Amino acid sequence: MTFELSERVQTVPPSGIRRFFEIAEERDDVISLGVGEPDFSTPWAARDAAITSLEQGKTSYTANRGKRELREAIADYVADRFELGYDPEEEIIVTAGASEAVDLAFRAFVDPGDTVAIAQPSYISYEPGVIFAGGEVLPVPTKEEDDFRLTVEGLEQAGADEADMLVLCYPNNPTGAIMTAEDLEPIAEFAREHDLTVLSDEIYAELTYDGNEHTSIASFEGMRERTIVFNGFSKAHAMTGLRLGYALGPAEAINAMNKIHQYTMLSAPTTAQHAALEALDSCDNDVRDMINEYDRRRQFVLSRFREIGMDVFEAKGAFYCFPEVPDGFTAEEFAEGVLREQGVAVVPGDVFGEGGEGHLRISYATGLDDLRKALARIEAFVEDHA
Amino acid sequence: MSEREVLELLRENARYSTADIARMTGLDESEVETTIEELEAAGVVRGYQAVVDWDKLEDERVRAEVELNVTLDRETGYDDIAERLARFPQVTALRLVSGDYDFDMEVEGDSIREVSQFISEKVAPVPEITQTVTHYVMTSYKEHGIELGDGEDDERLSFSP
Repeated sequence: MTFELSERVQTVPPSGIRRFFEIAEERDDVISLGVGEPDFSTPWAARDAAITSLEQGKTSYTANRGKRELREAIADYVADRFELGYDPEEEIIVTAGASEAVDLAFRAFVDPGDTVAIAQPSYISYEPGVIFAGGEVLPVPTKEEDDFRLTVEGLEQAGADEADMLVLCYPNNPTGAIMTAEDLEPIAEFAREHDLTVLSDEIYAELTYDGNEHTSIASFEGMRERTIVFNGFSKAHAMTGLRLGYALGPAEAINAMNKIHQYTMLSAPTTAQHAALEALDSCDNDVRDMINEYDRRRQFVLSRFREIGMDVFEAKGAFYCFPEVPDGFTAEEFAEGVLREQGVAVVPGDVFGEGGEGHLRISYATGLDDLRKALARIEAFVEDHA
Repeated sequence: MSEREVLELLRENARYSTADIARMTGLDESEVETTIEELEAAGVVRGYQAVVDWDKLEDERVRAEVELNVTLDRETGYDDIAERLARFPQVTALRLVSGDYDFDMEVEGDSIREVSQFISEKVAPVPEITQTVTHYVMTSYKEHGIELGDGEDDERLSFSP
C-alpha cells in the first residue's frame, strides 16, 4: 500500500537547503557559513546544572507550562531586559524550543482560511507552520534599501491590512536586520488599526550590536493584548540542542497554547529546564563574552565583503549578514559555485522567502580562523568569475 | 577605549594581523599600529609568546611550582628578594602571593635533576629564604586560558536554518 499523505503536508515543498547538503557531503574540506546555530558550547555553569539535576534523578515531567521557578526567572529576565511584564502563573509557557511555541501559536490562533502575513526574508519554519495549521500565507517582502526593516508601506503593498495575523522576527534571521523602537512604532500602529494578532519571534533579542538595545513590539501601548513574544535559550545561551524556548502573552492566549502543548508535548525537557534556570541565574558574563566575539566577527566579515567588492548592508543583529551576489549570478548559482569550487557553504537568500533573492545568508557563528579562510576563498571565487 | 579592545584581541591571539584587528574593531590599520606601539612603549605589553603543549613534543620539559617562605629585615624587602630570584633564567614566573607562603615561583629546566639542583643550590641558600616546597608539574590541562585537551569536534550540521 502507499500512504496517503495529507494535502497540507504535500503542499509544503521540501527544504531548499537539502540539495546543498548533498554537495557539501562530497567534500571534506568544507568551511560552513551556513549554520544557524552558535559555535560556542552552552556555558559550563548551565551544563553543570543539567548534569547535577541528572545525578539527583530529576528526570520526571514538570508542570505543563514549565517549572515554576523557571517561569519566575523568565518573568524577571524579560522585565529587566525588555521592560515586559508577564505573570509567571498564566502568561508564560516554556516549550521545546521557540519553534514549538511558534507552532503552538499557529495552531491555537489560525483557523482554515485565515491569512497570516509574514515579513520576509524570514526563518523558514513560519510558512510551513501556517500551512500545517490550515492558514494562508501572505508574504510581506522587506527591501535592502530599507535595511530589510518592515515598513507600513511594505505591509500596505502586500495587502496585509486584510490579514488576520502578522509574523515578524527582529533581530532577523537571515538578514541580520534589527528594528529600533522608532521603526516598530508605526508597525504597532498598523497592527492596532487593522486588528492584527502579532507573533514576534525575538529569539535573537540579546544579539544586537553597535550600541543598539532590543525593543519588543509588545512593549508598545495596546500591543501586549494582541502580541505573542517568542524567545528561548538556543541563540544567546548557545543551547540549541537542549531545545528550550518560551512564549509570553495574555493569559487567554497562553492558556490556549498550553491546551495543545499539554496534549502533544506534555512538558518541555526537564534537564534543559534546569540548565535554563542556571543560564538565567549565572551566565550573564558568558553571554556578554559571546556577544563581544560575534560583534568582532561581524565587523570582520562586513569589512571583508566590502574589500571583495560585494555590496552588503550593515547588519546589526543576530549572527548573520546578507551580502548581494555579484552581477551575473543568481544567489543559487553563486552558492552552488562557491561550494563546489571553493568548499564554502553559504545559503542562498531565496530559501528565506520573498526579498531574499540575489543575496546570501552568511553566518558568522564560526571561529575567526575559519571565517578568514572562508572569505579568502569567496574572494578567489569572485575573482575567478569576474 | 580602543586600547582596551586591541589589548583584548592581542591577548586572545597575538598573531592577529593589524589588518584583521582593524577589521574586527572598526579602527584604521594605522590606529591599530599606533595603539600597539604605545602599549609596548608604555610597558603594558611586555612580549609575545607561544602557548606550548609540551606533552606533544618528544623532548622533556620539566616544570615546577615552588612555594617560597622568606623572612624580611630592615635592609631587605620582598622586592629585593624578588629581584634577585627573577634574574635566574630558570625562573619563568615569580609572584608575591597571599596565604601560607610568600612567593609563588615557576621554574623550568630540561630534567628533574637540573631543576632540583637549581632549587637546592641557587634558591634555598638565599639567606632570606626560610623554606621551599617544590611541586613538579605532572600534566598540564590548561595554559594561558587555552585548554590542552583534544578539543571538541564541531558536530554541527553544515547547513541549518
